[in-house]
Amino acid sequence: MKLGRESDLLLEVEDLQVEFPTLRGTVHALQGVTFQLRRRETLGLAGETGCGKSVTALAILRLISPPGRISRGRIRFEGRDLLALSETEMRELRGSQISMILQEPKMALNPVIRVGDQVAETLLIHERSLTRRTATGRAVEMLATLGIPDPPRIARRYPHELSGGMAQRIMIAMMLVTRPKLLIADEPTSALDVTIQAQILELMKALKREIDTALLLITHDLGVMAETCDRVAVMYAGSVVEQGSVATVLKRPQHPYTQGLLRTIPNDVAPDQPLYSIRGLVPSLLQPPTGCAFAPRCDRAMPVCVQAVPPRYALGADHHVACFLHRDRPAVR
Amino acid sequence: MSNGALLEIRALTVHFVLREGLLQRRRAAVQAVNGVSLELAQGEVFGLVGESGCGKTTLGRAVVGLAPVLSGEIRFAGESIIGLTGRPARERARRVQLIFQDPYSSLHPRKTVRDLVGVGLTLHGLAYGYEMDGRVLAVLEEVGLGLDHMYRYAHEFSGGQRQRIALARALILKPELLILDEPTSALDVSVQAQILNLLKELRREFGLTYLFISHNLGVVRYMSQRIGVMYLGNIVEQGATEPLFRAPQHPYTRILLSALPSLDPEAPSQRQVLTGEPPTPIDPPPGCPFAPRCPDAQAICSQETPVLRQHGSDRAHLCACHFPRLADASREGKGPNESMTNRRLS
Repeated sequence: MKLGRESDLLLEVEDLQVEFPTLRGTVHALQGVTFQLRRRETLGLAGETGCGKSVTALAILRLISPPGRISRGRIRFEGRDLLALSETEMRELRGSQISMILQEPKMALNPVIRVGDQVAETLLIHERSLTRRTATGRAVEMLATLGIPDPPRIARRYPHELSGGMAQRIMIAMMLVTRPKLLIADEPTSALDVTIQAQILELMKALKREIDTALLLITHDLGVMAETCDRVAVMYAGSVVEQGSVATVLKRPQHPYTQGLLRTIPNDVAPDQPLYSIRGLVPSLLQPPTGCAFAPRCDRAMPVCVQAVPPRYALGADHHVACFLHRDRPAVR
Repeated sequence: MSNGALLEIRALTVHFVLREGLLQRRRAAVQAVNGVSLELAQGEVFGLVGESGCGKTTLGRAVVGLAPVLSGEIRFAGESIIGLTGRPARERARRVQLIFQDPYSSLHPRKTVRDLVGVGLTLHGLAYGYEMDGRVLAVLEEVGLGLDHMYRYAHEFSGGQRQRIALARALILKPELLILDEPTSALDVSVQAQILNLLKELRREFGLTYLFISHNLGVVRYMSQRIGVMYLGNIVEQGATEPLFRAPQHPYTRILLSALPSLDPEAPSQRQVLTGEPPTPIDPPPGCPFAPRCPDAQAICSQETPVLRQHGSDRAHLCACHFPRLADASREGKGPNESMTNRRLS
């Protein structure tokens, strides 16, 4: 059974630690992040500003810029240790095997190159045998797959001539045209209006059925997550505090932070009732608290919570919670 | 005073003229707000929702004199406040305060909280020196800050705390109307909840009136008693919050509501996806502004502009559509949401 599951794993992140030395001390951005992503699966990485979602994505691509560094942990992609690869090998992997979509599509596109050429360029870099003409042809095909109306015409436009939603589609086309095994999307719809966000979400759901790509979706919007993800990992102050299937985590959350986060959303709250809010502030990552990072804000904190970092306890086959409230359950390494 | 409304906007039109070339000839006009009318009663929270570029921010800015009004009227406490100068303008500025979206750029980085919050008192000649310090401290305590925050700079605060400072700065002048332009959009959800709770408390305590502008439908629903939905410079639907959410009449409102992702991963999606791109407000075509993208559009929609008026039995529920969907007049006598639920169960 173990073997069967292992071959199904696409990405394994284990005890990942990232730190940034600054003048005021070392910022411990990631403090032991562990999660797995299976082939063709969509995993959501949820959490608030500064919890380390984007740093996790950059670390997977080994794009943490110095003096920031990965100080501990392992990242394995199809069994290969990414941290042991040379920079040349890593460059080979980026864009062809692992691609990334950023939040602000217009900032990510080159303003002086036609968008069709930018999509084709990705292909030309990774498949050197292609002629420019076939590459452009495939780029236009990709635009058509993404439901872009009149793709040959749109391909000849410049980024400033496109709306935000259209620019994000071009970005998605650019990242998918090489058929990567893993696509990392960092807040892909946060800069878009709700109706455009709805278009992009529908598109991503359709693509998921069609092509063979696993998706690591980073978002602070739990609604977006509920719609698109199979599994969810919730991050707080540089650690994953809870992970499991999207239905389990969003409907029966077990970590006090996840529970609190879900209750702060003003959906179906009677207007005469105050909204639930998590008291206090996110801890500084310069001097992370000893013990559980959430303990100072947690209503159910116990003496043990401020003394030791809680391990991950298994509540089900695929539901892990890093909280001492569940210490009667078996701990996972 | 006409009818006791605190703020009364009549057929307000705001255009930004685009000029071009050496002679700066008028090339086109961005019709940001196109004949909008609304009223806010004393103590009410009116939510204004819509997507980027629909004119909701411009409408808010017009009320505080920050947008060029082409025609129409804005009356505050019964008096016209368009084009005021001198003393009446300052008095209007004190009574109507605007809270900006981004607390990272709305606070001066080189001034202490005391100066940031107290500046209004000095400008209006209300208090100086120690008296100002006392008033600043009192208002900081109202928004959940205190003495140890008074001599610090904006960059030392988190987004939520900065928004509290911005609120304190407005409240110290004892305003009557607060225009809140996306006050929580730059904040995380857990902080957003704190600020929304604070806004509700402050309103109760000081009897404030809010014009609450936001693109977040969940937030607007929680905060507002009445809502106006804007599209391309027009209010397309307006009414009391719950009836409007339960039985939206305008097709755009229905699409907007269905676009919200549900938090329940097991709920089947009933989303209506809007095709096409939002049109630009630069010289828009005649007829209904939503017609080019509307699933229910017919020939008349691109010729005749629908007026915002009552269609159903609810006198407060207005809709600008030739073919509104009326809950009480539908075939089964049920609202659209209820009939959808029934279909799913059967």
